Amino acid sequence: MNEASSYFEKKSDVILGKLLKEVENQTANSIEILRESSARKGTAHIVGITGPPGSGKSTLVNKLCKTLAKSGIEIGIVAVDPTSPFTKGALLGDRTRMQELSGLSNVFIKSLATRGNLGGLAPTTADIVQVLDAYGKELIIIETVGVGQIEFDVLEIADTVVLVNVPGLGDSLQTLKAGIMEIADIYVVNQADRPGADESVRDLKMMVREKLQENWEQPVLKTIATNNEGMIELIDQIQRHKEFLLHSNRWDEKRKTRNLTRLNHLMIQSLNNEVDSYIRRKQGIQIKIQQVKEGKLDPYTLSDHIVEQLIKKHGGM
Amino acid sequence: MQIKVVMAKLGLDIHWRGALVVSRMLRDEGMEVVYLGNQFPEQIVEAAIQEGADVIGLSTLGGNHLTLGPKVVKLAREKGVDALVIMGGVIPEDDIPLLKEAGIAEVFGPETKVESIATFIREHVGKTIG
Ligand code: B12
Ligand SMILES: Nc1nc2c(ncn2[C@@H]2O[C@H](COP(=O)(O)OP(=O)(O)OP(=O)(O)O)[C@@H](O)[C@H]2O)c(=O)[nH]1
Ligand SMILES: [Mg+2]
Repeated sequence: MNEASSYFEKKSDVILGKLLKEVENQTANSIEILRESSARKGTAHIVGITGPPGSGKSTLVNKLCKTLAKSGIEIGIVAVDPTSPFTKGALLGDRTRMQELSGLSNVFIKSLATRGNLGGLAPTTADIVQVLDAYGKELIIIETVGVGQIEFDVLEIADTVVLVNVPGLGDSLQTLKAGIMEIADIYVVNQADRPGADESVRDLKMMVREKLQENWEQPVLKTIATNNEGMIELIDQIQRHKEFLLHSNRWDEKRKTRNLTRLNHLMIQSLNNEVDSYIRRKQGIQIKIQQVKEGKLDPYTLSDHIVEQLIKKHGGM
Repeated sequence: MQIKVVMAKLGLDIHWRGALVVSRMLRDEGMEVVYLGNQFPEQIVEAAIQEGADVIGLSTLGGNHLTLGPKVVKLAREKGVDALVIMGGVIPEDDIPLLKEAGIAEVFGPETKVESIATFIREHVGKTIG
C-alpha cells in the first residue's frame, strides 16, 4: 500500500476512519500507515484524562470539548474501555456520554477496547494517537479506563495528565498510599456537588505541596461536569500547562523520549516474533522446551542457549 | 478479527432496555460494542465511520423504523461505509420486506435469542454489497 502518503493529504473523516481501523486491528497495512504517520506527527497537544471508574471522565471530556470545539480547533478523542478477560468482548460506553459532540465536524471520536492490556490503555493507543496527530488534530484527548493504583501507561503518551477524582476518594490515607495520585499535572475533584468536595481539595493540595514538580505547581480544581461548572478554569490550566511544557523544553524532551520508547517497543516486538518463528522451526529446541515444561531442564539454561543460537544464526555480535 | 458493532437507539425512542440487553449479549459473544444511546441517522453513520464499525445495530420499539431505518443504510452507502446494518425491536411483520429492500440485512423481534443474532452477524459480516 504505497498510497498511504496520499491518504494523509486528503483529510477526510471517512479515510481517517479506515486508516484507524487498520491500525486498531494491527493489519499488515498498518505498518505502512504508521511509518507514514511517524514522519508527520509531532504538533498535537496530547492530554490524558484518567481516574477511578465512574468519576465522570467521559462527562468531563464531553463538556470540555463542547467548549473547546467552538474555537474551530481540530480535536481527536480516544476513549478506552475494558475488554472482558473471559469473553474477549467489550462494551464501550464512553461515547454514550459524549453525545453533545456528535455532529461537530471538528471532533473525531475513536473508542478502543483494552484487548488484554493491563496499563489502562489499549495496545494500539499510542499508534492511534500518532495517526490522529499526523492527520492534523491539534488537541488529542485520551480517556483511560477507570483506573485503580497501578495503571500508568497514559504517562508515556500524554503531555498533560489530568486526574479526575470524586469527593471522598481523596481521603488522607488513600491519598498518601496511592501511587496513581502522584502522576498528574492537574488534579480535578469532579462531582463537587456531592458532600466532601472541599475536604478532598484540601487533601489533594496538601499532597501536591509534598510532590511539587519542578517549576510547575499542580493545580487542584473543583468541577461539576454534569452542570458544565469549572470547565473554563480546567481549559485554562490545560493551556497553561502546554505553555509551560513549550517554554521549558519539556515538550521536545517528551517527544524525543517517546520516539525512543517506541523504538524499544518495536525492537522487543520484532525480537519476540523472530524468536517465536526460530524455535518453531527447530525440532531440537522443541524437545528441550518440552523438558523445561516437565521440569527436567531449567529455563535459564535453555533461554540463554536459544538466544545464543539466534545471534550465531545472524552472524554473531 | 474482532467484530466491532455500533449500537444505537433509533431517534427519540425511549425503550432502551432491548438495545442494552443486546449490547451486553454481543459483548459476551466476544464482540466490541460501542453503545451510542439515542441517535439520528446522520450521527449513527458518523459514529460508524469514526469507529470503523463492521456492524450497525439499530433498536427501535417506537414506530420510527420505516422513516429512519432506510435512511441509515442510504447515508452509510453514500459515504462508502459497507457495514452490515441490522435492526431489532417491535416491528410489524408487514414492514420487514420494505426494510430488507432498503438494505437492512435482518430484523429481530421480541424474545429473539442471542445466539441467533451473534450467528447471523458472524455469517454475514464483511459480505455486504455496497
Ligand atoms: C417496558 C416498556 C416501556 C417502558 C420502557 C422502559 C425502557 N426505558 O426501556 C416505558 C413505560 C417507558 C414505555 C413507554 C412507551 N411505550 Co412501551 N413498552 C414496553 C414493553 C412492555 C416492553 C419493552 C421491553 O423492555 N422489552 C424487553 C426487551 C429486552 O425486549 P426488546 O426491546 O423487544 O428487545 C429484544 C428484541 O426486540 C431484540 N432487539 C431489540 N433491539 C435490538 C437491536 C438490534 C440491533 C438487534 C439485533 C435486536 C434487537 O432483541 C431483544 C432481546 O430479544 C413493550 C411491549 C413489548 N412486549 O415489547 C411496550 C411497547 C414497546 N411500548 C409501546 C408504546 C406505544 C409506548 C409508548 C408510546 C406509550 C405511551 N403512549 O406513552 C411510550 C414510548 C414513548 C417514546 N418516546 O418512545 C408499544 C409500541 C408499539 C409500536 N411500536 O408499534 C409496545 C409494543 C406496547 C404495545 N403492545 O403497544 N414502554
Ligand atoms: N452528581 C454528579 N454526577 C456526575 C458528575 N459528573 C459525572 N457524573 C455522573 O457520574 C456517572 C459516571 O460518569 P462517566 O462520565 O460515565 O464516568 P467515567 O469516569 O467516564 O466512567 P468510566 O469510563 O466507566 O470509568 C454518570 O452518571 C454521570 O452523569 C458531576 O459533576 N456530578
Ligand atoms: Mg468513561
